[in-house]
Amino acid sequence: MANWSPYDNNGGTCVAIAGTDYCVIAADTRLSTGYSILTREHTKMCQLSDKCILASSGFQADIRALQKNLDAQHQIYQHQHSKKMSCPAMAQLLSNTLYYKRFFPYYAFNVLGGLDSEGKGCVFTYDAVGSYERVGYSSQGSGQQLLMPVLDNQLQAASPLLLPSQESATPLSEGEAVDLIMDVFASAAERDIYTGDAVEIVVVNAEGIKRQTMELRKD
Amino acid sequence: MASDTKGESKFFVFQSLQTSNLKSLFVDSSSAATSFGTTLAKSPLSHTQYPYVTGSSVLGIKYKDGILIAADCGGSYGSTLRYKSVERLKSVGKFSVIGGSGEISDFQQIMRYLDELTLNDRMWDDGNSIGPKEVHNYLCRVMYNRRNKFDPLWNTLILGGVKKGVKYLGMVSMIGVHFRENHVASGFGNHLARPIFRDEWKEELTLEEGILLLEKCFRVLLYRDRSAVNKIQIANVTEEGTTISKPYALQTHWEYKAFHNPTQGVEGSW
Repeated sequence: MANWSPYDNNGGTCVAIAGTDYCVIAADTRLSTGYSILTREHTKMCQLSDKCILASSGFQADIRALQKNLDAQHQIYQHQHSKKMSCPAMAQLLSNTLYYKRFFPYYAFNVLGGLDSEGKGCVFTYDAVGSYERVGYSSQGSGQQLLMPVLDNQLQAASPLLLPSQESATPLSEGEAVDLIMDVFASAAERDIYTGDAVEIVVVNAEGIKRQTMELRKD
Repeated sequence: MASDTKGESKFFVFQSLQTSNLKSLFVDSSSAATSFGTTLAKSPLSHTQYPYVTGSSVLGIKYKDGILIAADCGGSYGSTLRYKSVERLKSVGKFSVIGGSGEISDFQQIMRYLDELTLNDRMWDDGNSIGPKEVHNYLCRVMYNRRNKFDPLWNTLILGGVKKGVKYLGMVSMIGVHFRENHVASGFGNHLARPIFRDEWKEELTLEEGILLLEKCFRVLLYRDRSAVNKIQIANVTEEGTTISKPYALQTHWEYKAFHNPTQGVEGSW
């Protein structure tokens, strides 16, 4: 009999794009195991505060445990500081939470998106053990290899090697960013069997949070 | 550690001189004997790494008035159909039913945990009783916690219930993966029954239609899953409460032409 594993890969793709005054976070809603689909409507996103959204793919049970952990930490933070955590603070907390389990990691690949304290869009991208970086856009998960080159091409971000460092937020408008996300997800669903069914798109800006979904192919 | 290496090298000498004799490793050299002692003391706890007696698929659907969950009564010891009257559907509290596939003894242990949970809940005597959502959440935590200890409960659990007019149907796996759906199936059911559910399930299914759908799926499972048994139970959860049917046999038909010589005309078969 095959050896038991504490991990599974439940697939899924997450994307986030930061604009100058907005942030778009998106993830598909398929939950798979091997060649089977478990459910077609499972959200991979978690609203951690009113300006901060976490999208994660990988092992669903770990992801849920991670989200609950962050929620609990955030609750304590609010009691102690009488305010919600800022997005960059949440980003650091997420990194520490992941690294805390360095030797039995959460198998979770995260993109954290939202607005920073100045109201600018921010995106943080992670590996499973907590290395993280603030970027202008990012994607994680099973469709990452398909999406990332398209985002690189379309968003034309300044090289991170430039000195002095350039603004990382994309010059695209909010509507253009949402359209781009719809396109890249439709493309990823064509080739990646772990991406499909529907994509949930969340836009965070000064007015608040807007949610929308778009159907993807279901095969 | 040094003595370990010494013992090992001696072992390889023995291996080359005489044919590999395990006794020689432990008896002949004192250092090897010590290393054996330490390995015993240091050896990690051994956990359930594989199941013994297992139950096959459990199916669950939502229907107009509540939830239906079905399971057969088989318990397999490897590929031997060892037990044929295993109860794999159990009611929990006032509002929920749980169906378990996988290791039967682990399932019975989980039922004991749930008995304790519902007893403690009842002792509050506040007129409130835990619903399916709470039970599902509890099961998720138990399963995930045990996988974190590398000592998993070898089950896939299906949980359904109705509380205050809200229908609930969910699933938890051995390693804690969990979700809610309109129709769920564990094991082989995920391959054979869920495609049928996706075609035929609808929100306003009546009780009769729901039972027919489950029986249809179980018939497919019976034909194609070797560990399925022709004796099933169906649990019905509604606003009024839960009922679990007595085990009954499914009508089957084995006279299909394709069953007589299934590989006839197939290239490469005999």
